[in-house]
Amino acid sequence: MHKVKLGILSAISLILILIFLFTDMGNYWEYVVPKRTIKLIAIILTGVSIAVSTIIFQTITNNRILTPSIIGLDSLYMLIQTFLIFAFGSTSAVVMNKNINFLLCVGIMVLFAGLLYKFLFKKEGQNIYFLLLVGLVLGTLFQSFSSFMQVIIDPNEFLVIQDRMFASFNNIHTDLLTISIVLLVLLGWYLSRFIKYLDVLALGREQAINLGVSYDHVVKRLLIVVAVLISISTALVGPITFLGLLVANVAYQYTKTYKHITLFAGSSFLSIIALVGGVLIVERVFTFSTTLSVIINFIGGVYFIYLLLKESKA
Amino acid sequence: MIQIKNVTKQFGNKSVVDNVSLNIAKGKITSFIGPNGAGKSTLLSMMSRLSAVDSGDIYIDDQKLSKCKSSELAKKISILKQSNHIAIKLTVRELVSFGRFPYSQGRLTKEDWTFVDEAISYMELTDIQHKYLDQLSGGQQQRAYIAMVIAQNTEYILLDEPLNNLDMKHSVQIMKVLRRLTDELGKTVVIVIHDINFASCYSDYIVALKDGRVVEDGAAEHIIDSAVLRGIYEMDITIQDINNNKICMYYA
Ligand SMILES: Nc1ncnc2c1ncn2[C@@H]1O[C@H](COP(=O)(O)OP(=O)(O)OP(=O)(O)O)[C@@H](O)[C@H]1O
Ligand SMILES: [Mg+2]
Repeated sequence: MHKVKLGILSAISLILILIFLFTDMGNYWEYVVPKRTIKLIAIILTGVSIAVSTIIFQTITNNRILTPSIIGLDSLYMLIQTFLIFAFGSTSAVVMNKNINFLLCVGIMVLFAGLLYKFLFKKEGQNIYFLLLVGLVLGTLFQSFSSFMQVIIDPNEFLVIQDRMFASFNNIHTDLLTISIVLLVLLGWYLSRFIKYLDVLALGREQAINLGVSYDHVVKRLLIVVAVLISISTALVGPITFLGLLVANVAYQYTKTYKHITLFAGSSFLSIIALVGGVLIVERVFTFSTTLSVIINFIGGVYFIYLLLKESKA
Repeated sequence: MIQIKNVTKQFGNKSVVDNVSLNIAKGKITSFIGPNGAGKSTLLSMMSRLSAVDSGDIYIDDQKLSKCKSSELAKKISILKQSNHIAIKLTVRELVSFGRFPYSQGRLTKEDWTFVDEAISYMELTDIQHKYLDQLSGGQQQRAYIAMVIAQNTEYILLDEPLNNLDMKHSVQIMKVLRRLTDELGKTVVIVIHDINFASCYSDYIVALKDGRVVEDGAAEHIIDSAVLRGIYEMDITIQDINNNKICMYYA
């Protein structure tokens, strides 16, 4: 049954991808198709990273209306970018060389995830509200720091920051594609051994320990995976964690399973459908008069309200 | 045997479990009794590694608990908490099948499914095994959780107030199942229980806790005694022999 459902999702994804690649090409298909392919790869990488990281995060926190942005992960990414430009200038190697810049960011985010784990997750009996509170405070703090630096920075440098600040598929940082693919493959390999534990972690900390999961060990590593995934998607297109909330919850409802392997696949396909579909709408229907973030945030917002209403009834 | 040696647990600067030493006999049912807030659940959590001890040591079959591998312990000792909540949608059967995780890491074999089926029928859940947990009554959920622990098939079974939410029939049924598990399969069962008459009728040993300390520890027939119980509960309790069982009268 799951196979059929996943089959349907993959078929829709494929159709959308084909439409995206091969319709409305004009006379320059030699130029258009490769350009679109690169964009498509970026979309897929982003979609998968967002979907998988959100599901992992929700399983660890046993909560289905949280996204990793709640602990300030994507604001941290922005802060790092702003700080690098502020401190070293937009022409320095840490900013200009996208690969170095990217790896630096990943490193700092992993470090941050480790610290958060130490102070928030590891302590016994820490509750979700405390996590939310700290996350909110940190997120705001990071944003304020970023704004502060952006205000006093040279206006030309600010443009460089701005370019990295907003989710945009018209401005994908394709120079990061290779390194993102490599990282994602490595992560996939690393994550594969944790998938079975995720199924059990969904039962909560105590059941997981009872069933023999080394809770601290596993959760720490999973948080790091989340941090790297968020780095990838944020580096490629900017902050769009809202999408994760959307696709993760649709995946739970649609697949009706607790198996993470199915959830990962389902939510990744949904992500691809949403993003490719969204890009198609923005580019071909609205001819760029609106942005993808607007559409995703709109649909996501409506869905979020629906979720809240539903949860408050249950 | 589970040996608890000078175990202390503090919340803030209050010792919730205070320098407790205790031996739990193998192949027997031991009941923890005592007033609310005595530290029973806390002690049980430490015995099952759900929470860490602040000082002291716990040994299972002469192995130090903190030195054991969690994945190996899961085949040896299982715990059911006082209250359980699962955030995801699961059927009874799916929940019970999680009990086999320590053995099959989620890829259940035929043998695993036999254990699952057996546990389900032990708990009389066969009719509702494909229902979602959140659509069941409190007592039915409780039985599903107990079935999961039974499917885990461990030598030591720790249950925190397993009779929560259960009607009389199912309470008796579960106590009989626990008796069978100890008598026929040689399991060691530790339960926290408030119904003193169930403790009296079904347990071999009773441990009484109060303010984080063990105040009484002995064979059930010794603890079920007016003078001893007055010390624990500060109540006058009459005890009568009915069909060879000591029954406490404390309702009026
Ligand atoms: N996480 C915690 N943080 C702070 N105090 C706690 C925590 N858990 C338990 N306590 C305190 O420890 C004491 C013992 O709690 P415990 O749950 O072990 O009692 P109990 O004997 O199981 O009681 P009951 O019969 O009501 O279940 C209580 O006073 C409780 O307030
Ligand atoms: Mg308790």
